[in-house]
Amino acid sequence: MPPITLLEAIRQGISEEMERDSRVFVLGEDVGIYGGAFKLTEGFIEKFGAERVIDTPISESAIVGAACGAAMMGMRPVAEMQFIDFISCCFDVLTNYAAKSRYRQGVGIPIVVRGPCGGGVHGGPFHSQNVEAFFLNTPGLKMVEPSTPYDAKGLIKAAIRDDDPVLFFEHKLLYRNPKIKQEVPEEDYIVPIGKAAIRREGRDITVVTYGAMVYTAMEAAERLEEEGIEMEVIDLRTLQPFDREAVIESVKKTSKVIILHEATRTGGMAGEITAVINEEAFEYLDGPVMRVTAIDTPVPYAPPLEEFFLPQVADVLKAARALARY
Amino acid sequence: MSSKTELELARIEREHALFLLREMLRIRRFEEKAIEMYSLGHIRGFLHLYIGEEAVAAGAMQSLTRDDNIVATYREHGQALARGIAAGSLMAEMYGKSTGCSRGRGGSMHFFDASRRFYGGYAIVGGGLPIAVGLALADKMLARRAVTACFFGDGAVAEGEFHESMNLAALWKLPVLFLCENNLYAMGTALARHQSQTDIHLKAEAYGVISETVDGMDVLAVESAVRRAAEFVRESGHPFLLEIRTYRFRAHSMADPDLYRTKEEIEEWKKRDPISVFEAYLRELGMLADDDVVRIEAEVAAEIDEAVAFAEAGTWEPVEDLLMDVYTTTGLPD
Repeated sequence: MPPITLLEAIRQGISEEMERDSRVFVLGEDVGIYGGAFKLTEGFIEKFGAERVIDTPISESAIVGAACGAAMMGMRPVAEMQFIDFISCCFDVLTNYAAKSRYRQGVGIPIVVRGPCGGGVHGGPFHSQNVEAFFLNTPGLKMVEPSTPYDAKGLIKAAIRDDDPVLFFEHKLLYRNPKIKQEVPEEDYIVPIGKAAIRREGRDITVVTYGAMVYTAMEAAERLEEEGIEMEVIDLRTLQPFDREAVIESVKKTSKVIILHEATRTGGMAGEITAVINEEAFEYLDGPVMRVTAIDTPVPYAPPLEEFFLPQVADVLKAARALARY
Repeated sequence: MSSKTELELARIEREHALFLLREMLRIRRFEEKAIEMYSLGHIRGFLHLYIGEEAVAAGAMQSLTRDDNIVATYREHGQALARGIAAGSLMAEMYGKSTGCSRGRGGSMHFFDASRRFYGGYAIVGGGLPIAVGLALADKMLARRAVTACFFGDGAVAEGEFHESMNLAALWKLPVLFLCENNLYAMGTALARHQSQTDIHLKAEAYGVISETVDGMDVLAVESAVRRAAEFVRESGHPFLLEIRTYRFRAHSMADPDLYRTKEEIEEWKKRDPISVFEAYLRELGMLADDDVVRIEAEVAAEIDEAVAFAEAGTWEPVEDLLMDVYTTTGLPD
């Protein structure tokens, strides 16, 4: 098998699940004849037919609402948000319905709502966001964001098989990035939801991150190695529920932590992870938990502004050097 | 009330007439008991009563089979009772007991019973509509010949979800029976103050959905209109919108002082009380005697008393179980 892109990995994962389980179907804006705005479901309508690859109007509430109703009847819908930013249009269905159904009435909603997230492509304020923090405060939803093709395929399959609603974020900058192409196994496999991966081991500083920022962290780690600082890079892969054990274990080893994410700062994942570290590993800390995140503004369009807005390798290096001296 | 000719056409039988009367009385007395238990503090939170609208649920439910799906609103006690969910499990739900139909986790606005295909009261206005579309979509994909009956109020038609759902149901030819319970007020805002087009059924035309209106104070008229509409949906697989014009006699909720409508208006509507008018009508036809009323009332009272006893005997869900069913696996990280 030749190495594949992250986009191809997700495509294969969904396709294999549709072959494996007739209850799985996809729906969304332009997912059929057009093949998806990012061409992720290209060829699906020919392969699976219009009944299982459903083109919808631009109606996010009805797309996700219909997915919920169908899931309640035993189906396994995979709904696409053309850009993950548009998920705000179906906030009610996700937070008030999908997230609470099992708790309230004992009937689970096994849906996957997936779509491209993230900036760096000059998409401006409405096509570049990372939306995890909108949903972090809603118990009942799971959230996943892969950084590698192997994980992307294994996680989308796990998400489709999961009995809970899963929001699946795909960084659009990684979709076709040739540098991260990977060979994936031919045989069926999943990557379990809730488990982080250690991308690089190190004893001095832990970086907890996910999505495209994994590569920012890795680049920073290589530079720091030249300075004699060993950085451990943890890729969360699942944001909710995140792998506390992996984070705490690493903190106990390094005693210094940076949390790095592309989403804006206030009320984000980093704050939550910091709180958990404070509660569970405070005595192990040899310095303040540091956040490297986007700045608290909408995502700017102008390239120099967007570059300033997004966390860069230099920002990680700065935080790491400060922590190393601490 | 329907004319005698219509009645003859409907071939109403005495037994069925008494059944409809009894269904409406069950709802009325259940709601009156709910008021009592609310004032005693046994029922907490928010309570929205169905008094005045009984003919809608009682009439509509007669043409829906066990295989059909029901989606309702936060004012759903009537639908739940008429669907056959035990009054005790509903009262227990309002008490917050684990013996309630949603284990006490939902309360008055969140009745649910998958075994009766009662897929919920929805406390967010309009929220049930896209879910109903999804239920019907799954039925179509699974080749089940069922109707999804979706109740919603006049207030819901102002939500985008109404329009998205009407369009999808029509576009995808889904068997959804949209039942708009137009009680003329979106909480305290009169229809003419919240809709540019107050003939709600006309909105269906824009989506190519056939629609009708019916007098929601007349149980026979509702029954017959829903029967025709449900048959159409069942046979054609297409959606249908029925606007059922009704009125609630009580305020929006127990917290509402009801200052946005005049006493005269309420009194005028009460002259059309679906229960007393139907009762008088049956007496006029010689179908109902004092003895019947006494007997039905006694049976209903016994059912309601039993429901209260069931609710009171129920236990609370232990706090240790609180994390259960937030996710499929109970083991959330501590």
